[in-house]
Amino acid sequence: MTESTNSEWRSAPPGEAVTPPGEAGSTLVGGPEEPVSPEPPTPPEQPGGKKKVVRLGDRLFQGVATGSGIFVVSIIAAIGLFLLVRAIPALHANEANFLLSGQWRTGDPENMAFGIVDLAWITVASSLVALIIAMPVAGGIALFLTQYAPKVLARPFAYVVDLLAAVPSVIYGLWGALVLAPVLKPVALWINGTLGWIPIFADGNVPANSGSNVFTAGIVLAVMILPIITGVAREVFERTPSAQIEGALALGATKWEVVRTTVWPFGRSGFVGGAMLGLGRALGETVALTVILSYTFEGPHYSIFDAGATFASRIALGSAEFNNHLTVGAYIAAGLVLFISTFAVNALARWIESGSGKGKK
Amino acid sequence: MAKRLDINDLNLYYNKFHAVQDVTLQVHARSVTAFIGPSGCGKSTVLRALNRMHEVIPGSRVEGSVLLDGENVYAPGVDPVQVRRTIGMVFQRANPFPTMSIRDNVVAGLKLAGVKDKKRLEEVTERSLRGANLWEEVKDRLNKPGGGLSGGQQQRLCIARAIAVQPDVLLMDEPCSALDPISTLAIEDLIAELKKDYTIVIVTHNMQQAARVSDQTAFFNLPEVGQPGQLVEIGETGKIFSNPSQKATEGYISGRFG
Amino acid sequence: MRTDTADLERPASAPAFQQLGLGRKIKNHTATVLFGLAFLVAVVPLLWVLFTLVQRGLAPMLNADWWNHSFYGLLPNDSGGGIYHALVGTLEQTFVCALIAVPLGVTVGIFLIEYGRNSKLARTTTFMVDILSGLPSIVAGLFIYALWITTFGFDRSGFAVSLSLVLLMLPVVVRVTETMLTIVPDELREASYALGVPKWKTIVKVVLPTSFSGIITGIILGLARVMGETAPLLILVGYSRAINYNLFDGPMASLSLTVYTARKTSTEAGEYRMWGAALTLVLLIMLINLLATLLSKLFAVKTR
Ligand SMILES: Nc1ncnc2c1ncn2[C@@H]1O[C@H](COP(=O)(O)OP(=O)(O)OP(=O)(O)O)[C@@H](O)[C@H]1O
Ligand SMILES: [Mg+2]
Repeated sequence: MTESTNSEWRSAPPGEAVTPPGEAGSTLVGGPEEPVSPEPPTPPEQPGGKKKVVRLGDRLFQGVATGSGIFVVSIIAAIGLFLLVRAIPALHANEANFLLSGQWRTGDPENMAFGIVDLAWITVASSLVALIIAMPVAGGIALFLTQYAPKVLARPFAYVVDLLAAVPSVIYGLWGALVLAPVLKPVALWINGTLGWIPIFADGNVPANSGSNVFTAGIVLAVMILPIITGVAREVFERTPSAQIEGALALGATKWEVVRTTVWPFGRSGFVGGAMLGLGRALGETVALTVILSYTFEGPHYSIFDAGATFASRIALGSAEFNNHLTVGAYIAAGLVLFISTFAVNALARWIESGSGKGKK
Repeated sequence: MAKRLDINDLNLYYNKFHAVQDVTLQVHARSVTAFIGPSGCGKSTVLRALNRMHEVIPGSRVEGSVLLDGENVYAPGVDPVQVRRTIGMVFQRANPFPTMSIRDNVVAGLKLAGVKDKKRLEEVTERSLRGANLWEEVKDRLNKPGGGLSGGQQQRLCIARAIAVQPDVLLMDEPCSALDPISTLAIEDLIAELKKDYTIVIVTHNMQQAARVSDQTAFFNLPEVGQPGQLVEIGETGKIFSNPSQKATEGYISGRFG
Repeated sequence: MRTDTADLERPASAPAFQQLGLGRKIKNHTATVLFGLAFLVAVVPLLWVLFTLVQRGLAPMLNADWWNHSFYGLLPNDSGGGIYHALVGTLEQTFVCALIAVPLGVTVGIFLIEYGRNSKLARTTTFMVDILSGLPSIVAGLFIYALWITTFGFDRSGFAVSLSLVLLMLPVVVRVTETMLTIVPDELREASYALGVPKWKTIVKVVLPTSFSGIITGIILGLARVMGETAPLLILVGYSRAINYNLFDGPMASLSLTVYTARKTSTEAGEYRMWGAALTLVLLIMLINLLATLLSKLFAVKTR
């Protein structure tokens, strides 16, 4: 070695300080590990006084990496905090009950009255319609892809489903409003006519044939959350221990019986977790619903043929009147409610997923 | 170049688990020391403690001292990175860097340490590959990825990589266990040559190999399952294999257990 | 394990085997058909959407002006015009977003795998990244509005959009980095340490290059994701029908915002432009997906 020093230890590469061993009082820094506390060592000789070990690179790098982790955590905290701080003045100026009122009058900061009941209804209704449609379909697709589809086709097929997630929501909105809604009209009329005696299928606050209602919105949302639920479900179904599957097969079970007795029980909670993730996405979906749902001043009839606005689409629609702090604050208050609900739903989803014991490793 | 190692009262832990107890032994300069013993008795653990690789594993702990020509590797203020530059290591499974060419693999240690001098890198590449008996086989494809070599060639590439930084000691953990007999012979020949310049410690499960390549042999054993591994005895290879002083050693070597 | 369906369903030829009960057979077939149908149900909307886009959006794209003109000065009934102003906006906004999100996200991934493993902070971070990946884009927009515009007093701008996109892209980058770093075998790290290479250099020179192909693919897919976002744009930047190269000043178009805005021009020419912009956006996203596949092949670890 060319760069040997007076010490027994090789000199560090350029840019890195060297310490001779056993320099009194110097601390050990760097290396890919925690310092090891050694036995009281046999005191080594002291070769000339040099600077102490500072593996600056390692220290810096670890600091930056850890700092970025802390940063991410603080982003979430900041989101909650900023939304809250901006919402409070508007809530003070609010003349209606924020939680119980259905009106939304925010244009004049001197005279604001806004509440979230109607928003909550449209949001929850469209998300639930989406979930009710998407869950069985996504479960079926995941079982098809993992258990039935020939191996060579499973991957491209899965890719096709994932492509659904690549389509921007504004395009789903256009498609839903301009292409799908007219096609759904007879279906909506039929449901409304035949099952109208059930309140949820009764006449809404817009005519059932208008198409711009929760029914259409829910179906489009179902398409949008399909890839999310399918992705999670596929992952958990794939992890079914092959020993269990073979055990069932050896008992003479049919494919369906194998699925029912091993794959499904194994993946059920993961599937539910995936569905919750999909729900979180549906709750927060904005532009597709802004485009599809027509806005009406009449309150909801609590039917799936209602129109109106969700939390998210209400905010998007209101962007034109973002011109003073109080008005914006009203929308931010709605955003805060949305943030809290998606936070809760997502946290619950992760909890279900990992609580199944078959979640992430 | 080559240096002596004195290991004193070494105790090694993984979290609470006491893996190795009270190992004291000397490794002579310019010689080959073989570690043998049944699986799980802590040979790899001791070997990895010699160049402070043990502490890479989270929760691990070291007690005792390892002296390299009298200087404690574990003394406060000693940088583990520099210890490892002085005490090189070859692993059981060949692990060339997959993104690097053969040439870059050989000089990886130098390059990553900031050496940029083209001529010097060129020299070191050739010298190390020759030292690892690999030069003739790869000299025409130095720019090809290291992952494209055969298993035996990859292992020799890893040896070349280890000697390129000119360590004083070379640790080898079952370097031949994944290789065919011909590649194994090539590596054994190489070890015989390398010991002219280096102090070598090799872990092996192959008695014949230990007998063929080593000057002294250390036998490790597990007194009982769950107990820490211990050094049973160490001595000249000829003596350990023909006339061990411990019953356990004799039993292990003659194949009565392990 | 998957056993070939054919084996299970082949009727036993000899009576030596027990016959399946009819009920079981019917159930089994029904299930198979239903699961297959579920897949078709997913394919239908995809093809339908794509078909609609091509059918209605192709014509404007074939117009020579489409790729190098803006909508500037067009009256509702004027035909013609181009998407250049929106392309500029989309590319600039996503590029700046990537410039911030990629280094930050990769560093967080490195923290989680190389430094934090199982520490309390790492677990909290993973959880927060999960939450971030479920953050509604409109909330990301509102947060940036509350922070950047209300609190710091800046104007609405393309850069504010980039900032909100960072929040949406960050979890994608962290996840993919995490996954790709986990795949790198510990043996490579140990080989590097054993050569006396410090940890940070091991990460930068050995671990990251080994996982580069996967990380770059994931990043580009994440970019394609945020490229189609509309919601935060509605509150963070005004729409401009003219070309604006400046991210920091004035209204700025982008493809998704153009689609959204053109919808309000309910003339034939307006609809024409809307579908044209929509198809352009989807083509751009597909192109980027393709690029991701190519890059992953290009940077894949070679053995020959
Ligand atoms: N990373 C680790 N974490 C926890 N325990 C470990 C770890 N590595 C090894 N051990 C334990 O330490 C003991 C010694 O292991 P070591 O690998 O040193 O044995 P060995 O003699 O090299 O065995 P082999 O001949 O099979 O390689 C074993 O009981 C093993 O289970
Ligand atoms: Mg071992």
